[in-house]
Amino acid sequence: MNETLRIGQEAVEAKGWWLAHKWLVLRRLTQLGILAVFLAGPWLGIWIVKGNLNYSLTLDVLPLSDPFIMLQSLVTGHVPEKLGLIGVAIVVGFYLLVGGRAYCSWVCPVNLVTDAAAWLRERIGIKGGAHVSRSVRYWILALTLLLAGITGTLAWELVNPVSMLHRGLIFGIGTAWTVVLAVFLLDLFVMNRGWCGRLCPVGAFYGLIGKLSPVRVSAVKREACNDCMDCFAVCPEPLVIKAPLKDAGKGVGPVILASECTNCGRCIDVCSKDVFVFGSRFNNAASMAGVAQAISK
Amino acid sequence: MDSVKKSALAARRQFLLDAARMAGGVGVLGLGVGLYAKQAKALPAAAIRPPGAGTEQDFLGACIRCGMCVRDCPYNILFLAKPEQPIATGTPFFVARTGPCEMCEDIPCVKACPTGALDHKLTDINNSRMGLAVLVDKETCLNFLGLRCDVCYRVCPLIDKAITLELRHNERTGAHTIFEPVVHSDQCTGCGKCEAACVTEVAAIKVYPIKLAKGELSQHYRLGWEEKRKAGGSLVEPEVEHRYNLPEGMKYEHGKGLSAADTPSTGVDSLQATLPDPGKNAAPAGMPRNIPGGGLGNRMSDDAPR
Repeated sequence: MNETLRIGQEAVEAKGWWLAHKWLVLRRLTQLGILAVFLAGPWLGIWIVKGNLNYSLTLDVLPLSDPFIMLQSLVTGHVPEKLGLIGVAIVVGFYLLVGGRAYCSWVCPVNLVTDAAAWLRERIGIKGGAHVSRSVRYWILALTLLLAGITGTLAWELVNPVSMLHRGLIFGIGTAWTVVLAVFLLDLFVMNRGWCGRLCPVGAFYGLIGKLSPVRVSAVKREACNDCMDCFAVCPEPLVIKAPLKDAGKGVGPVILASECTNCGRCIDVCSKDVFVFGSRFNNAASMAGVAQAISK
Repeated sequence: MDSVKKSALAARRQFLLDAARMAGGVGVLGLGVGLYAKQAKALPAAAIRPPGAGTEQDFLGACIRCGMCVRDCPYNILFLAKPEQPIATGTPFFVARTGPCEMCEDIPCVKACPTGALDHKLTDINNSRMGLAVLVDKETCLNFLGLRCDVCYRVCPLIDKAITLELRHNERTGAHTIFEPVVHSDQCTGCGKCEAACVTEVAAIKVYPIKLAKGELSQHYRLGWEEKRKAGGSLVEPEVEHRYNLPEGMKYEHGKGLSAADTPSTGVDSLQATLPDPGKNAAPAGMPRNIPGGGLGNRMSDDAPR
């Protein structure tokens, strides 16, 4: 890795600024666009969407429910109404298809906060910090359900930064900004990619939904990798890249199958050799012949 | 062989340490959130839930904090609680004093609820029980002071059902009637219109969550007159006739009062005529005037008996 080059610098030089930021820009536009339609109602009186990410009704016909909060509610012993259930089915179906954690990188407003923290952390060169395992989030996920069962209330919602930020932006934030600031500072100073990558049970839950989703990033041209490490540096879940990119010799296919992958597409952007593409999990032949076949498709 | 054993032991130790660390950290987090959740169950008195909400315990498990009820309320009285408010974050409430429920006939807030936290079985708003109005301060209620304010009674959507005016003698003036506003819990929806309309600086009538406002008889209590009505007659045989201790020549009938008075009147007027003249035996300056039966002034004067 060239010490003088910033992450993605090589890609910008090789492919131009747009191709080195395409997925990032599309993702930001999606995140902000979703936020904008939610805010158009309260701010401009244009009611395209009512509600928030926990449940919303679009154009008075399309219900969308957050399956994680609905599951917690179910654990407390409450069964939702019909629209709520239809909303769950639509959302679960959608993320089964596009990858569960696409929610994290393309929809969740906290991603803007934690990406900003990660960017600043890299920019001012903060290294190290507390080490917390990336599997802690699954324990916290279990904990949230346990708490719902024990207290009979949606206990996690009292502290959940994801719903607090989104609801706050739409309905009035109050002091919820302190929780968001805490997440920002945690990621900036305490641990790299701390919230989304290690603690957040919402992300963990969506990751589980997307365990078998067909839309995946694939390192189809992995033989072209020049070990610049930019994809590892930019990836919010770098552990997911290693095997598909580097373990061709061990018979590992090129598709990033790990459900922790958020399908954000930054690895596609920052790779000057165009190793990564969005593809399907089924084109995952390990051999060179298989790879060639995948490319030709 | 020995080194393999050692490394396996070290790995096992590391695994146990990691697991303990994880369990410890997550456990502390869970304890914190759990205790916070317990605190958040206590709904403050001023926060009233929208129509159709069940008990606070049920509501906090069913409400997913989406704000659909807030959006579909045509009068914009509902708010979602912010973290700094002492109400479970993100849950809807209204404040009766500043914005009471307008009791829409189609109940749009309930229809909007995707979870049934606001019960969809509620179709008649008059059956809702958002809270219960309580006349908390009889000392400042204008009707209790003898005025005909009646505002709470007039604005009540269920006038003469949820709030009635009970008449009784005004002991202070001796000549007037006190129209006491009385709330009936079998009718009051807790909409809060009475509290919002109360004309005093701080409302004398307030709506509280039912849990705070309502008492409950012990399960084994029976109302004798109800039992009598149900049984179609007295359950205690024979029914004892009440005997009144009356002056001679008088009789008393329930609902009719005293009758057949033959003796001369000893009413209030004749009683006042026997009072001593306030002019004589006057109290010192600044002291209350002579009070019948030996008031403060009497006792303070030098010739008062000690």
